Amino acid sequence: MSKQKLLRRSGFFIMAALAMVLLSGCEQYIVLDPKGPVAEVEYRMIVISTILCAIVVIPVLAIFAYVVYRFRDKPGNNAPYTPHWDESKVLEIIWWGVPILIIGILGYFTARDTFALANPPKTEEPPMVIQVSSMDWKWVFHYPDQNIATVNEVHIPVGKRVEFQVTADNAPMNSFWIPQIVGQTYTMPGMAMKLGAQADHPGQYFGSGANFTGKGFAHMQFKAIAEEPAKFEQWVTNVKQTKPALTRAEYEKLYSVPGLVDKQEYSSYPKGIFEERVMENGGDNHTGHFEHKEAAKGEMSKESMNK
Amino acid sequence: MLENINTFASKFFVTGDPMIYGADVSIVLATVGILFVLTYFKKWGYLWREWITTVDHKKIGSMYFIASLLMLFRGGVDALLMRVQLAAPDLKFLHSEHYNEIFTTHGTIMILFMAMPFMFALFNWVVPLQIGARDVAFPFLNSVSFWLFFFGAMLFNLSFVIGGSPDAGWLSYPPLSENAFSHGPGQNFYIWGVQISGIGSLATGINFLVTILKMRAPGMKLMKMPMFTWSVLASCIIIVFAFPVLTVTLALLFVDRFFDAHFFTIDGGGNPMMYVNLIWMWGHPEVYIVVLPAFGILSEVVSTFSKKSIFGYKSMVFAMMVISVVSYFTWVHHFFTMGAGADVNTFFAISTMAIGIPTGVKVFNWLFTMYRGRIEVSQPMLWLLGFIPCFVVGGATGVMLAVAPADYQYHNSYFLVAHFHQTLIGGTVFPYLAGLYYWWPKIFGFKLNDRLGKWAFWMWNIGFYVCFMPQYALGFMGMTRRLYTYGWDMGWAPLNMVSTVGAFLMGIGFLFQGWQIVHGILYAERSKATDSWGTGRSLEWSIPSPPPVYNFAVVPQVKGFDDWYLTKEEMNKPGYKAEKPQFEAIHMPKNSGIPFVMGACWFLAGFGLTMETTFSWMIVPGVIGLIGVGLCMFARSFSYDTDYYIPVDEVKRTEASLGRVV
Repeated sequence: MSKQKLLRRSGFFIMAALAMVLLSGCEQYIVLDPKGPVAEVEYRMIVISTILCAIVVIPVLAIFAYVVYRFRDKPGNNAPYTPHWDESKVLEIIWWGVPILIIGILGYFTARDTFALANPPKTEEPPMVIQVSSMDWKWVFHYPDQNIATVNEVHIPVGKRVEFQVTADNAPMNSFWIPQIVGQTYTMPGMAMKLGAQADHPGQYFGSGANFTGKGFAHMQFKAIAEEPAKFEQWVTNVKQTKPALTRAEYEKLYSVPGLVDKQEYSSYPKGIFEERVMENGGDNHTGHFEHKEAAKGEMSKESMNK
Repeated sequence: MLENINTFASKFFVTGDPMIYGADVSIVLATVGILFVLTYFKKWGYLWREWITTVDHKKIGSMYFIASLLMLFRGGVDALLMRVQLAAPDLKFLHSEHYNEIFTTHGTIMILFMAMPFMFALFNWVVPLQIGARDVAFPFLNSVSFWLFFFGAMLFNLSFVIGGSPDAGWLSYPPLSENAFSHGPGQNFYIWGVQISGIGSLATGINFLVTILKMRAPGMKLMKMPMFTWSVLASCIIIVFAFPVLTVTLALLFVDRFFDAHFFTIDGGGNPMMYVNLIWMWGHPEVYIVVLPAFGILSEVVSTFSKKSIFGYKSMVFAMMVISVVSYFTWVHHFFTMGAGADVNTFFAISTMAIGIPTGVKVFNWLFTMYRGRIEVSQPMLWLLGFIPCFVVGGATGVMLAVAPADYQYHNSYFLVAHFHQTLIGGTVFPYLAGLYYWWPKIFGFKLNDRLGKWAFWMWNIGFYVCFMPQYALGFMGMTRRLYTYGWDMGWAPLNMVSTVGAFLMGIGFLFQGWQIVHGILYAERSKATDSWGTGRSLEWSIPSPPPVYNFAVVPQVKGFDDWYLTKEEMNKPGYKAEKPQFEAIHMPKNSGIPFVMGACWFLAGFGLTMETTFSWMIVPGVIGLIGVGLCMFARSFSYDTDYYIPVDEVKRTEASLGRVV
């Protein structure tokens, strides 16, 4: 076998192996498999931007391959050679113009969807609120309407608008992320950022903390369980009846002792503790970022988050 | 007594890990070895006279290069350790805290102590030669810059064996980097290592800005400058505006940690978001600081080896200046998910996409420089050809990341990790290597071996794609950055394994380059020829290789863009007669030991202030160091014997020995 042939064949095998690894198990590409309207908007932008970029990238790569092949310095190459040709108004206009056009189109879509996600359509029913605290190194979920709490697992009803209010409690900044339902937002001490979300299909979804918070960061993953409203209610009732209450002392242990804990469910939690903790973490210095619960249900303030 | 020493040592030194002990031993052995060689061969004086005290930009460039090579090795080993840990789920190779330290030092070292000095090496080697100058505008300051960088890097690397490494990420966001979550001296090492070298970088920026504006040979108008010089100018403009932001940000973080202030902790009225904004106001322009010179290098290489003048010179210059301005207006895209609101996010999303336009234009200009040229695939050109597809794809994923709603899904994921490695390796390291191969014969008088270079190129290139393409996919699978481990259940294992293999291929590529340099020093054929590649176009190719200490025996009169090319055309005309040069005594700066001493004082100051949080008496060396810095400035202010003249006879002798007409 000649050297070139060998190279070509080994190249083929490498590509085949890569393709096999990359394509194995398409369902694992969770970001590309949205299960709710918010993640769908985000997914659509991924697709649009990929296509628009491809419009530039593919021709550039083709021109590149052609130029390098055609104008290589080999004896007997009869391609034209013009060492002093270094300017062309027409060409310059084309390659300034086409990218400007493409960025214009992409910019339009980006602006549209950024605003759309920040100002979700008003529904008659107020969204169900779930308050989320990232602690070192666990996630605590409070359900103020149901007065129950969970740790490292969150339940949401399918087809219903949910408003996550996220903060970091006695912990560094983290980032709250359930790829198939909603993109990220930072959790920060002393602030409660709002994140509108909705799941349209029942299922168990992967959620994780995405911003580094030290030693136990890698274990800050949680399950988001979306279920039909009836089933959700049933789960709430079940938790209320069978699970212990989360006492103030236990709650204090959660945020003050860094460490990993297992998944937990609690039939109740100290009322208003989430708001209290946001204030405790410095919230009163930044009243713009956090409103008390009454206010939170009304109009969103401009500074508050979005999506 | 013994017990006291024991407690002290266990707090002072990093203990408990066999890898660290191995490193301790090898550091001691290497130091002893170096000291022995220097003493045995009586090289102390040589080292002091020729290198440590030098103000010659070419030598300073070489020292930057050696330092960046060592740091590339260190950062590369960090990378491989991380890739080994991630090769399969649930590995116990590195524990969490160790992994966190390694990714932090990897990032910091690769950007600040590898890319920056590599870039400064090229600045120093090439810019004065390209503009027909005998040195930079402030040679003494140039030496200060180098020694501040050097001692800053040393201080940062010391954390590896003394006190403990920083572990809050390469930009060390508060509150994680504040006292509440990082007690040890690690973060202080970060602050002072980066701070000291950062001051050096700022000084270099000022130095080259002035050099380019004031030291050009007569006749070289701004619009006749070579592209690389233009890119350095653009990069220096960004340095001058961006680095003070870094200095202030780190100083505030230091005040927070040292005096328990609350600039960046929310409970005392500060705000961590302020730090995130400030650090990226430096951090994003920083990306363009390192990438613009890369564009300059490529413009030189593509024109030289296509044997054609650069296509669209004016448009290229314009694009570069646009990039340097717009680079200040994109920083928020690093945290779209921090809740700045739709209006702010939209502005920064569009400004970020917009910066892709001039960048894309440059790619077209390079393509059309090759079009209707004659492409000679030499080593520098090879790296350019590797760069283009890599950078085009990396740029496209950058535009994708700029789309704010999509970024809510990419942010902090491996998609992002893959993107910035693609632009930093494919878009910056590849061009820097092209520049290295291109100007190497000019600086050292020999070329690096072709065969080894090809191996290195293919290892790097194939390794790159094998390593980072899977990481894009991992991002889509929901894998977030900075995880020290992951479980079997996510299906991340196969791609991670592939990625690790790719990282090792790149490591092999680096070894080939190391061997290439050693091979070159031992065996390569030496040549004093001025125009090493035969197709050089700018002024640096008109003087001998390596250039004499004064670079140009007679300051050239510049005729136009690509001056050396124009000269060659004239020389080929029938009846051409070389003019006899009129020599004059040459005014040169004198060497000085002050920059080195000043750097050492900064090191002492930084080390003292870093360890003070653990041992309060360490404030003493800290203060002594600061006083030393002051004394060095004082000494310099009152030294008047700072320059000398090379007499005409000596210039003539040197020129004759280089085979030049005298």
